[in-house]
Amino acid sequence: MNILVAVLLLGGLALVAGIVLAFASRAFHVEGDPMAERIDAALPQTQCGQCGYPGCKPYAAAVANGEADVNKCVPGGERAMLTIADLMGVPPKEVEEEAAPPMLAFIREDECIGCTLCIKACPVDAIIGAPKQYHTVVEDHCTGCTLCVEPCPVDCIEMVGKPEVLEEWTWSAPGKSRAKATDPSEGEANAGAA
Amino acid sequence: MSEFALIMLSAVLVNNFVLTKFLGICPFLGVSRKLETALGMALAVLFVMTLASTASWLVQQFILIPFDLMYLQTIFFILIIAVLVQFIEMLIHKSSPVLYQALGIFLPLITTNCAVLGVALLNVQQEQTFMTSALYGFGSALGFALVLLLFAGLRERIDKAPVPEAFKGSAVSLITAGLMSLAFMGFSGLVKV
Repeated sequence: MNILVAVLLLGGLALVAGIVLAFASRAFHVEGDPMAERIDAALPQTQCGQCGYPGCKPYAAAVANGEADVNKCVPGGERAMLTIADLMGVPPKEVEEEAAPPMLAFIREDECIGCTLCIKACPVDAIIGAPKQYHTVVEDHCTGCTLCVEPCPVDCIEMVGKPEVLEEWTWSAPGKSRAKATDPSEGEANAGAA
Repeated sequence: MSEFALIMLSAVLVNNFVLTKFLGICPFLGVSRKLETALGMALAVLFVMTLASTASWLVQQFILIPFDLMYLQTIFFILIIAVLVQFIEMLIHKSSPVLYQALGIFLPLITTNCAVLGVALLNVQQEQTFMTSALYGFGSALGFALVLLLFAGLRERIDKAPVPEAFKGSAVSLITAGLMSLAFMGFSGLVKV
């Protein structure tokens, strides 16, 4: 008998609460921007904030207002981007992945003619050398900006992947393979630089 | 009157929910990164906890005790608090966009946060009256808000500080929280409960 009362009371209360909430959601419904709502519906609702907005809804509102690009949703991937681009009537854009792996400039010294053009181009003074002498890149200072590649008259500068060191290593984001982060052009170029 | 003052003082400083009862640790660590979000969270908790303690008192007095269902406390409290918070969130969304901006995101997050449920259950345990249980809820939330804001301020500074490599991130945050708890132990002689 007691258990019946308990079940009825709890069930009844839950039922009443459910009905009240259902009515409240109708009665207090706030008319949002219909475009924002449709964009919001296309988003994965992970509320991850990778787009730079506090959640999916704020991002949807920003897109609808034309403040944000359509390609900021990383978890939604290409599908969400295509849907949003379609809704907004703008050309699709590739979904932004994480920034490219950090690169370093590397000078093939046996080809270097010692012209110092790259030294002048380097904004952080990471290239050392003198006229008619080999130049080389100070790895710790190189920011991988590629500004030195263009001026070289003999094209002996190339960008190589920065070797991973423990101090800078972090866990990769879930779902991204680690293989992607390491650069394919390691090998002898890197060995030479080190 | 002095009884009310004592309840407040004890809930805010002596039996602080976060630092002595270890309730509500998750929002304490989760939203204390910036002072601004911490303030929003603190306000939402203040609101929900006061509401939860009064609502659960009513449920206890008018449903659980008459029908002798005290063993169902937890589930009844969760149900009633969750419904109330959801309802009020909708009400705020409709009636006050400004308030919704400030509280909106945090309200559903703390619907049945352990501190919120904790205050309801502790109220019942201590056999409070309606007034004192509301006051206890409000005081506890005030204590939570105080500690959360202090901690957020500390963390904003620590972000800029030269923390040793091994202590960066959560490690130094947890150590800071521990030191705060130690500091709050100093209040323990203030009120005899």
